[in-house]
Amino acid sequence: MKKLFLNGVGWVSLFAWVCGGALAQEYKVGLILDKGGKDDKSFNSAAFRGATQAKSDLKIFLKYVEATDDNAFETLTRSFAQKDFDLIIGIGVSQAEAIKKVSAQFPSKKFVIVDAEVKAPNVRALLFEEHEGSFLVGAIAAMMSQSGTLGFIGGMDIPLIRRFEMGYVAGAKKINPKVKVISNYVGISGDAWNNPAKGKELAVSQYGAGADIIFAPAGASNLGVFDAAEEKKKFAIGVDSNQNWIKPGYILTSMLKRVDHAVFAAIEDGVKGKFTSGTQRFGLANQGIDYAVDQYNEKLLTPKVRADAEKIKAEIVAGKIKVPDFYLKK
Amino acid sequence: MSENLDTILQIAGSTLRLATPLLFAALGGLISERAGVVNIALEGLMLVGAFVAAAVAYATHSPVAGAGAAMLAGGLFASFYALFVVKLRADQIVAGTAINMLAAGVTPFLCKIFFQSTSSSAALPMDSRFVSAPLYGAWIFVIAVAFGLGFTPWGAWVRFAGEHPEALDSAGVRVNRVRWMAVILSGFLAGLGGATLSIFLSSSFSRNMTSGRGFMALAALIFGKWRPWPTAFACLLFGLADAFQIRLQGVVLWGSDPVPVQFIQILPYFVTILVLAGVMGGSRAPKALGQPFLKH
Repeated sequence: MKKLFLNGVGWVSLFAWVCGGALAQEYKVGLILDKGGKDDKSFNSAAFRGATQAKSDLKIFLKYVEATDDNAFETLTRSFAQKDFDLIIGIGVSQAEAIKKVSAQFPSKKFVIVDAEVKAPNVRALLFEEHEGSFLVGAIAAMMSQSGTLGFIGGMDIPLIRRFEMGYVAGAKKINPKVKVISNYVGISGDAWNNPAKGKELAVSQYGAGADIIFAPAGASNLGVFDAAEEKKKFAIGVDSNQNWIKPGYILTSMLKRVDHAVFAAIEDGVKGKFTSGTQRFGLANQGIDYAVDQYNEKLLTPKVRADAEKIKAEIVAGKIKVPDFYLKK
Repeated sequence: MSENLDTILQIAGSTLRLATPLLFAALGGLISERAGVVNIALEGLMLVGAFVAAAVAYATHSPVAGAGAAMLAGGLFASFYALFVVKLRADQIVAGTAINMLAAGVTPFLCKIFFQSTSSSAALPMDSRFVSAPLYGAWIFVIAVAFGLGFTPWGAWVRFAGEHPEALDSAGVRVNRVRWMAVILSGFLAGLGGATLSIFLSSSFSRNMTSGRGFMALAALIFGKWRPWPTAFACLLFGLADAFQIRLQGVVLWGSDPVPVQFIQILPYFVTILVLAGVMGGSRAPKALGQPFLKH
């Protein structure tokens, strides 16, 4: 009996050793999402999509966490780094400090940060040229607008959102120099990205003031903007992920920020041992930024508008149009 | 001129809409506090109401069913609160905070189970949402609460439970039973307030969508000196501050640059502090507020 027991223990430990060995082979990725969470249908959803695709295509081990407040980032990052995770990905500008600090303490681990620049030998920063895409959707909005007044609703007044706004206004003015753009911001705390009731109220107020198309980089608060568009029979423009499907017929287009592609590529490089640090920029030129045309909005955008949009896109890529960048403003 | 009129009408509309969830929650808080139970759990009760309303309205295509279910869910959650603070005589601030945290955690969890998403429920089509009913409904409740508290025996019990529970007890009325009832009623109302957020002011539940409105409601009822009409007025004032805030963003008041957005956005909070800090004069809370009642 005792022998049998020992034998059992032996087998179990052998089994554990084999499995442990197999698990150790697996590339482990820790993904830290921002407060919007993985189902925000926007920015975080895009990141999560890229990571889950990597999980199925590249057979990595993926663990994701959703931060509930800004103070949690550093703890979450460190706990991934202390365990046997190979690659730790922080989504969103508010994680920059945490990645900077923890990456210095764990030089053997690899880190990725989206939307912020962190210069370290083991950190890859993924930056998106939001102003280019905003310029493009601003131009489309100005082409489609009947009233000559456009709306902009940002989540919070931070440089990233100002960058969207500046590009959007410039794009609209390129088409119609006399266009008027009304700008509003939802809030001043993290709730700003999750306050659809307020988003809707802002949109109703902008539509009331004459705007007929609203671009809304405001996280989940833009769901309220879409509601207002539906009720007032006006248009809205989605952001980050393709949001055309949320209210078909009322969402003119979405400015795409291909966080999914960039995150997938970073994981793929990590798995293949080709991870490089430094800053990678994604813009219209490499399809990291784009605008969405699909079955939900192809009837809304006339062929003429689409052709003109493609032309503007080509001119931005060729450098013929210089899009103002809030980050470069003094 | 007609443009100015338009602007005024729009601001009035915004004010009424923004005040609606506050009205429901503040009336709920008022009943509970008049009976002597501090209710900082309003925020959590609203959040639960918001989720249940969205889920039930989505399943039944009926906003009325959604609101009804939100009321019951708010009441259920409130009775849980009452169990701790009335029956077990726990500290009301601590228990209220716990209810808020529980609501913040349990709603995304349930949302995940029903809608496979932690951040928002499925979008409701227009026919599953209220168009304007809560706008009037809120005021019917103001009248009902004002009448109920002021002119019915039940109202007198509630007021005595908050002022002189011993006197009520000597009169042969069970104080804790009155308090139970008041807290559950406050759950009904706060649940309705949450429902207005998810099935009236927007078209889905999203995580933490109350964004501090429960606390604004609490401030409104203190500003309103624990009386229904002044409390309703305070809710309107907060709604107005918020509506103005929306209008003032990006407006140039002096010089060439608009007033910074952040400055404009603190307006509702600024108004809150200002009115609470003394513009309104002294306000007296129910005497036995926050004190559990123990029969001697």
